[in-house]
Amino acid sequence: MDLNYSPEESAFRDEVRAWIRAHLPDEARDKVLNYRELSKDDLLGWHRTLATQGWVAPHWPVEWGGTDWTVVQRYIFEEECGAAGAPPIVPFGVRMCAPVLLRFGTPEQKQRFLPRMYRGDDFWCQGYSEPGAGSDLASLKTRALRQGDHFVVTGQKTWTTLGHYADWIFCLVRSDPGREKRQEGISFLLIDMRSPGITVRPIALMDGGHEVNEVFFDDVQVPLENLVHEEHKGWTVAKFLLGYERMGTGNIAVCKRELARVQALAGPLLDDPRFRDRLTRVEVELMALEITNLRFLDQLRGGRPPGAEVSLLKIKGTEIQQALTELMMQAAGPRALAFRPVDATAAFDRFTASLAPRYCNVRKATIYAGSNEIQRNIIAKATLGL
Amino acid sequence: MDFEYTEEQRLLAETLRRFLATGYTFDARAKIVASAPGYSEDVWAALAEMGVLGVPFAAEHGGFGGTTVDMLVVMEALGEALVVEPYLATVGLGGQFVARGGSAAQQARILPALIQGRAKLAFAQTERDARWDLRHVAVRARAAGDGFRLDGEKCAVLHGGCADLLVVSARTAGADTDARGISLFLVERGAPGVAVTEYRTLDGLRAADVRLSGVAVPRAALLGAEGQGLALAEEVVDYATALVCAEAVGAIKYAHDATLDHLKTRRQFGVPIGSFQALQHRMVDILISYEQARSIACLACVKVDTAEPAERRRVVSAAKLKIADAARHVSQEAVQLHGAMGMTEELKISHTFRRLTLLAQAFGDADHHLARLAACG
Ligand SMILES: Cc1cc2nc3c(=O)[nH]c(=O)nc-3n(C[C@H](O)[C@H](O)[C@H](O)COP(=O)(O)OP(=O)(O)OC[C@H]3O[C@@H](n4cnc5c(N)ncnc54)[C@H](O)[C@@H]3O)c2cc1C
Repeated sequence: MDLNYSPEESAFRDEVRAWIRAHLPDEARDKVLNYRELSKDDLLGWHRTLATQGWVAPHWPVEWGGTDWTVVQRYIFEEECGAAGAPPIVPFGVRMCAPVLLRFGTPEQKQRFLPRMYRGDDFWCQGYSEPGAGSDLASLKTRALRQGDHFVVTGQKTWTTLGHYADWIFCLVRSDPGREKRQEGISFLLIDMRSPGITVRPIALMDGGHEVNEVFFDDVQVPLENLVHEEHKGWTVAKFLLGYERMGTGNIAVCKRELARVQALAGPLLDDPRFRDRLTRVEVELMALEITNLRFLDQLRGGRPPGAEVSLLKIKGTEIQQALTELMMQAAGPRALAFRPVDATAAFDRFTASLAPRYCNVRKATIYAGSNEIQRNIIAKATLGL
Repeated sequence: MDFEYTEEQRLLAETLRRFLATGYTFDARAKIVASAPGYSEDVWAALAEMGVLGVPFAAEHGGFGGTTVDMLVVMEALGEALVVEPYLATVGLGGQFVARGGSAAQQARILPALIQGRAKLAFAQTERDARWDLRHVAVRARAAGDGFRLDGEKCAVLHGGCADLLVVSARTAGADTDARGISLFLVERGAPGVAVTEYRTLDGLRAADVRLSGVAVPRAALLGAEGQGLALAEEVVDYATALVCAEAVGAIKYAHDATLDHLKTRRQFGVPIGSFQALQHRMVDILISYEQARSIACLACVKVDTAEPAERRRVVSAAKLKIADAARHVSQEAVQLHGAMGMTEELKISHTFRRLTLLAQAFGDADHHLARLAACG
């Protein structure tokens, strides 16, 4: 066992670091580090910069633009992006829908969508959850009736992250309501967000931001060629995708950056043994998780789709993220109560005022991508056989 | 020992709760929060009318002469309804400085007006990097003519923007963190040299940063003896801390009730989610936190009236520590068990989460009170 980077890996890290330093726009980085909302252009801009360099989808097969990096190289890349304050790569296209297309898509579907996804021509979002179908995804009700050469989709999706930016949505729909088993009769459709009959409505979250939406479908026509995998076999696709979704939620690189920032922000508070102890416990938890993550990634070499082990990474990673936002807020002390100036032109410390809203916002991490309760259920069943 | 409320306390609770149930619905509150002043003069007038503004003050000023247990009843109700009006700032802080440390003339001038809803107060104490240390006062008051001139900056002044009068802590002697040399002054918010920058707080209230630039006040503006302000500030802040504990209990109760209701009504996998044992245990722990929080808040409200300063400090810090932990635990769990709905602006639970987040750190977070307890020996 050797837990140090080899000379080649260190050289790779230096190369990545230098490249990011030269290419990451200051404005986007400042927004990330100050917890300000990223615009569609900020997100796509960075996506396209990486695409030009050939680094936007390292995990894809090489013939579609993937790198042939090792697990460790991929991790180094993520770590450097995180440390530098790069905007996140919006996962819905390259990290969620793409693995599905690569595994289940027809050659035409791959050809049609993957290059556009890679270049960032289309912005994707995820249409899984519905008002009545959260943890119990298989109870979804949005209907897709087959009529000639298309489906007619009617129903509602909700909590759709960045749906207001999206050009495309991948959706789970009920194509055969007659089946006895709820997991059967579901199909996986790709839907153009500009189709007539789609309405997007914002949902305001408690941090004051707009990131999720309701998406309504009213007799929306979807061509048959947008069906991925077999009709009524969408549940297989859904489950395959969830593993990839969860893999992206641990976010160790961002946690490492945020940990360093708590240390910087805390200043004299670091002399308070109580605060120091809290911070140190989180730091140690993260040290362990970093290695757990690499151990698990190592097991995924060879392309085996992720299994129950990602649930463990999701639970720990999101708990650490939340703990860090809490420490950050605590470091600001009484000044953390500030939220928004009454007179928008007045001088106002926006950074301090962003800490408590961020604490609120990151409560989502233990709810989405399969709540941490659901992850524990999965581990109990799949790993422990309980 | 007697854990029952008196007949009068029950009546007070009932009157206030009845008013809040109709006059302070969640929708009405949202409108108030969005309004320009951020509080409602009508609600304030109604609180005056019901006598709620006068509960802790002596009858000679028009008050009710109530104990802190009477205030417990009030604060719990205000906490449950997430009331945003400047009650704590005016009645629990500013008014207490006047009632406990003010001269007869100051009391006669201010308290009747306060009780009738014509005067609001706030306490300008916190400074940048002072956290919750009451001794950390860098704002200076220098003798000038027959009065003083105040210079410096205060921040996070709860309801500082709507207050008519600010109680300002300022140093007349000593270094920035000395216990001695702190004086308390009554300063008109509109006085020349006072610049107030108001902002919304995370939980829909208002706070302000206050810059004092050569603010001239007469000697008669001094509250209590010159240089001896710390003891009074500690006494009032301990009192207000006990009130915050009671307010948090009200908000925790709402979070408990709403979450329990959600577990019974939200269905997934064909059953109410409350049928999952993993969630049942979580709900039980919420209940335990609530009961423990309620007990320690009662203890603090009883003792804050009667205990010697050393014992008062110990009990209040014990209470605030427990309340900070309970507020954090219950608010986080309530959102988690609500799922994504718990994150939305639309539901009262997310507002309760935000309120509890700030109540958990009001007058000191858990670590602050742990340290204070340790210092009590
Ligand atoms: C900010 C945010 C962004 C999101 N983005 C998207 C998106 O882009 N696309 C999308 O499709 N969805 C998205 N979601 C939705 C997310 O996937 C759901 O919130 C999640 O699946 C939980 O469903 P729910 O909110 O309906 O909670 P519920 O399923 O109602 O759960 C409520 C509570 O019960 C618990 N629970 C439920 N079942 C069990 C059980 N069997 N055992 C133990 N506990 C249980 C849950 O863990 C939770 O604590 C997003 C959510 C959030 C908060």
